[in-house]
Amino acid sequence: MSDAGEEAVVAAYKSDPWVRLAPWVCTIGLFVVWEIAVRVLGVPYYILPAPSSVAYAAYEFAGGLAENSLQTLWTTVAGFLLAIVFGLALGLFIGWDRRIYAGLYPLMIGFNSIPKVAVVPILVLWVGTGWLPAVLTAFLISFFPIVVNVATGLATIEPEMEDVLRALGAKKLDIMTKVGIPRSLPYFFGSLKVAITLAFIGSVMSETVAANAGVGHMMLTAQANFEVPLVFACLIALAIEGIVMYAVMAWLEKRMTGWAHRSGFNR
Amino acid sequence: MSFVEIADVALRYAPQGGAEGTLAVDGLSLSVEKGEFVAVVGPSGCGKSTLMKLATGLNFPTRGSVSVAGRPVKGPVSIAGMAFQNPVMLPWRLTRDNVLLPLEVVQPHRRQMRARKAEYQAKADALLASVGLEGAGEKYPWQLSGGMQQRASLCRALIHEPELVMLDEPFGALDAFTREELWCVMRDLHAQKNFTTILVTHDLREAVFLADRIFVLSARPGRVIKVRDVDLPRPRPLEVTYEKQFTDIVHELRGLIAEARQ
Repeated sequence: MSDAGEEAVVAAYKSDPWVRLAPWVCTIGLFVVWEIAVRVLGVPYYILPAPSSVAYAAYEFAGGLAENSLQTLWTTVAGFLLAIVFGLALGLFIGWDRRIYAGLYPLMIGFNSIPKVAVVPILVLWVGTGWLPAVLTAFLISFFPIVVNVATGLATIEPEMEDVLRALGAKKLDIMTKVGIPRSLPYFFGSLKVAITLAFIGSVMSETVAANAGVGHMMLTAQANFEVPLVFACLIALAIEGIVMYAVMAWLEKRMTGWAHRSGFNR
Repeated sequence: MSFVEIADVALRYAPQGGAEGTLAVDGLSLSVEKGEFVAVVGPSGCGKSTLMKLATGLNFPTRGSVSVAGRPVKGPVSIAGMAFQNPVMLPWRLTRDNVLLPLEVVQPHRRQMRARKAEYQAKADALLASVGLEGAGEKYPWQLSGGMQQRASLCRALIHEPELVMLDEPFGALDAFTREELWCVMRDLHAQKNFTTILVTHDLREAVFLADRIFVLSARPGRVIKVRDVDLPRPRPLEVTYEKQFTDIVHELRGLIAEARQ
């Protein structure tokens, strides 16, 4: 049934050009409505600048915007890569055994509940200001979904599958490498989409508090200088970076675990 | 000594929370000869699945003894193949590679997997063909129908030429026609390879059609209340299921289970 549904969507995508155009129409439409609303209602630029003045500010400060965007991009990606390595390792460790899972899960939940903005001052205390707390905040905020997803993938192996292998004398390591780890990959790649957006939140948050570069820092400076259109230009730069990285992760997911999308794996 | 010997076995599962652990079987004794096909039937929750785990060394009795192939069971027996109601195929592997999975685990094949890959693959394809799945090895399991997946699951249970085959309601989720087709597949495989088989089932017609002997279990805690020989001549055609001799046995078993449920 899910196959039929998916095929129907794909078919619609091919036969109906509007499905393909819809995201562009909506995005462009949003900016058009925004522009008209600001002009018609006469909203002052320091409350809500029109997209045209945001675009002009982006053009005017293009050099700084590009530089700071790159800064944010690399701190985010660095934190995200750390999160992948650490998240995979911890996820495998936690999912390995039910007792480890039970023991560490409450700690993980507790850690994840701490607002990371409250952690930034501690990080500054430990490592000073600059790019390092941004990388670490991105890491701390984004590793959680990776851990949980990998551990869940391992912990939900079908008991029959385990019986088949154990009756043949398979060791835990066999079951993990042949069933558990491949099985948890769709969960892992799915979690990357969530993790990358969280990583952006982490790095920008840290940049607004404790950095002298990056989009977060630039926004704060622009705000202090009352350059409201530039603040919005920064926001849009962040949104674009977020969308691009999300798309990369979605592509990667599709590429690596295509079988999970066609197999009714999660039924 | 019989090939599978279960003598006066009791098994109580570990307690969950405050409740006392379930006593799944108590005073369970049964023996299966080499090459024999036996079926185990009984009311729901009579410990049929527990019997599967006892005979394959996945669970150990609280009391009594279990031995397979003349040796007491102290761990996974490694000579068993298993199939379940749920075919549990790995969706990222081709059907052929799913069938080959036991060879990657069990010795001596595990050691030889790399060197004899082509040979093993040909063997898997031949086995798939023998259950009517020519060419399906190249497909993913999710591209196969439920009945075809169950056939592939039987191949996975048989690829390492196990001496003991344990079937836990393997045809339970299939439609009536596919189920009868698979009965015949199973009948032919058994006639050809002559492995010892224990079939756990709810379907009395299935038990009578396939088995040499049928063990009827009581309600929980399970023990054998009747052993019924099925003296229908082999090979049995599907038409035998409409003969009086066959239906008489089914009725008799049905009566026993109805009694056991009370």
